[in-house]
Amino acid sequence: MVGQVLFILVAAITLLMALGAVVAKNLFHAALFLVGVFFGIAVLFILLDAEFLGVAQIVIYIGAIATLIVFAIMLSKNVMGKEAGAYNRNWYAAMAGAVFLFLLLAWLLLKAPFQMVSADVPADAITQIGQGLVGTYVVPFEVASVLLLVALVGAIMLARER
Amino acid sequence: MTVPLSWYLIFATALFSIGFFGVLARRNAIAVLMGVELMLNAVNVNLVAFWRYLTPTDLSGQIFVVFVFAVAAAEAAVGLALMISIYRTRKSINVDELNELKL
Repeated sequence: MVGQVLFILVAAITLLMALGAVVAKNLFHAALFLVGVFFGIAVLFILLDAEFLGVAQIVIYIGAIATLIVFAIMLSKNVMGKEAGAYNRNWYAAMAGAVFLFLLLAWLLLKAPFQMVSADVPADAITQIGQGLVGTYVVPFEVASVLLLVALVGAIMLARER
Repeated sequence: MTVPLSWYLIFATALFSIGFFGVLARRNAIAVLMGVELMLNAVNVNLVAFWRYLTPTDLSGQIFVVFVFAVAAAEAAVGLALMISIYRTRKSINVDELNELKL
């Protein structure tokens, strides 16, 4: 019961923040709303017994990606706040598409039968994640490291002054 | 475990749709990227919810989310570098004014 109330509260705040991030005219306000969404999702991860992911969400999304977005907003400063309009001229079609997508996905997800398993999360979950990353999933782990290196070099090359 | 799985799925669907609207409707390229981040986060919520309710003893679901984190970080870095580069040459990052690739 407490869990349900907590979920509804966190989910409602997160969705309102997400709407704010999409609607806000000032990009800086949108970025702050985005930080709120990331934090709400970290809370949901912890409610789902995924503590490691909750902490990783805060460190990676709020600590790195949100900071990067704020930097990019500041570096393209003259568009901040005084945009002619936040939306392009097809925004009503986008709205209809988004509502249609929501209804379609919600209908499909509610219709699909899922095999629920009510087991507890193993106590050494974080140990298992670590062992999985250097055991079963070592190849995707190494590929991800190469991807991050390539993205780092590529971002520096693209943003460099010539 | 009193919250039903469907609540998480509906929440993630709503978040995904909001992000989808942001990607399609916003004019500023950075705002478009924020929409992409919202969509990626919605997918992560779905992955973790399915892991918790369907295969809680197998940690593969969580490991998959870790990889989504890595790809999202790479995408944000390259995307924002592109926007800074475009801003330097065009003094504008409104996506409806960038039409050099149009026939």
